[in-house]
Amino acid sequence: MRAITYTRPATAQAAITAFAQAGEGARYIAGGTTLYDLMKLGIETPAHLVDVSAIEGLGSIDTGGDVLRFGGMATMADVARDRVVMERYPLLAEALGKAASQQLRNMATVGGNLLQRTRCLYFRNGASGLYPCNKREPGSGCAAIGGLDRGQALLGQSDACTAVSPGDWPVALVALDASVEVEGPDGTRTMPVADLYRMPGDTPHLEFTLRPGEIITAVMVPATAAGRRSTYHKVRDRESYAFALASAAVALEMDGETVREARIALGGVATVPWRARAAEALINGAPLTRERALATGHAAFADARPGRHNAFKIQLGAEVVADAVMIAAGRAS
Amino acid sequence: MHDDDRPPAFPLTRRDTLRAGSAVAAASVLPPLSSAAASTQSMPLEPGATTTITTVVNGEPITIAVDTRASLLDVLRERLALTGAKKGCDHGQCGACTVHVDGRRVAACLTLAAKVDGREVTTIEGLGEEAALHPMQQAFIDHDALQCGYCTPGQIMAAVACVREGNATSRERIRDAMSGNICRCGAYVGIVAAIEDAAAKMGQG
Repeated sequence: MRAITYTRPATAQAAITAFAQAGEGARYIAGGTTLYDLMKLGIETPAHLVDVSAIEGLGSIDTGGDVLRFGGMATMADVARDRVVMERYPLLAEALGKAASQQLRNMATVGGNLLQRTRCLYFRNGASGLYPCNKREPGSGCAAIGGLDRGQALLGQSDACTAVSPGDWPVALVALDASVEVEGPDGTRTMPVADLYRMPGDTPHLEFTLRPGEIITAVMVPATAAGRRSTYHKVRDRESYAFALASAAVALEMDGETVREARIALGGVATVPWRARAAEALINGAPLTRERALATGHAAFADARPGRHNAFKIQLGAEVVADAVMIAAGRAS
Repeated sequence: MHDDDRPPAFPLTRRDTLRAGSAVAAASVLPPLSSAAASTQSMPLEPGATTTITTVVNGEPITIAVDTRASLLDVLRERLALTGAKKGCDHGQCGACTVHVDGRRVAACLTLAAKVDGREVTTIEGLGEEAALHPMQQAFIDHDALQCGYCTPGQIMAAVACVREGNATSRERIRDAMSGNICRCGAYVGIVAAIEDAAAKMGQG
């Protein structure tokens, strides 16, 4: 592993200054569960680590107002067990609780998790040098296309990259139209969580829209009654501690037995956290039946382009959406 | 599905797949375990910077200069001779390295040692004494909750935290809360039984 310097500033301003002064090779580190892992694999090669996890005030959780505000350095474990989150936003608690293991949720932060990098095995096979990867080495090619693509994306992929966006938490946030507050050299700005992510296109190495030196200081979720009738449904190769084969975040507002407004987002199947608007349109205003829920699930995958080994996710994903809709609808408002 | 007969352009071996730590081809039972040896052998260290940390390990205050890249696990094992926490995967996937930092369980292999400056670390060595085992340690013995024992220190540290978190209220919940700790001998039945037993003795079952 490459030699690194390490600093741990106590304020965001000090961190931004330290990042700028460190120059080339500077990276922020929060929980480190992705970055340090990839440093060990030789895929991330920072020269300077600026630890943002001790920045004062960024670990706070405020679920009392019109906007739920989670400090960027609040741990996934702490947000998952917040009482308001558990009672009124089960999709958020479930998305966090079904991610990783308790050990990692105690380390990882709700800001850092938004920047988790793909688990594409060709991407992670960096040190071997055997497999090209446009994300790891721009222009080198993509070994996943035509390769072992069981875990690759069916939605949003390009000729250059099919890597899946691995997270659960971002999927739930995108369903709820959450935003992030970002602090950087040019001040503070906010943007929708969905806008953090770039489609791979011809430049899959550019994954996020953060500018150099910017820190995610808070994650903000608009309070909504739809939170209660919600779920994050995740199907995996084993029941706990695995990445999603297919997952769905669903939140519903109902009028009796009719769906007034549905929010549906997909995980495990797309190159970015995937809002399924066409599927939402199919169920909005419709009486809720399992049949309609399944049609909604199929609508979510209407544009799916499977590879060699992942076509099973079209049916699986549709069923996951349908089950998620029924689970959410069954919860008391 | 339209499987054709062409071989993939870049065939992966099982070993490559395991090393990549992806669930793609590594079957459906276990999360893949990366080879610590493979990654360290292929990634030679350059001489690095050091940082001095002040921490409390198992109740004992310690000030030590560590390589800025070093993991807490390596510092515990190689510098402080606390070899209870084990290096299984070295990528946060197996749980063998589980220790407590400020009372919460973490993967010591993915924790930069520099990060525990000003914090308290507890390892299996600090949990009980030979003459007075922690109830969880005794329960693992009573329930045959191990075979080879390599994962056991991590299992026990995770289990103690699991109980304290309030996650030991049912077998189902224990299994979910302990999913970050892999036992390749398959002693899970005994492990769950031990945790149920110890939870009652710890007053939190």
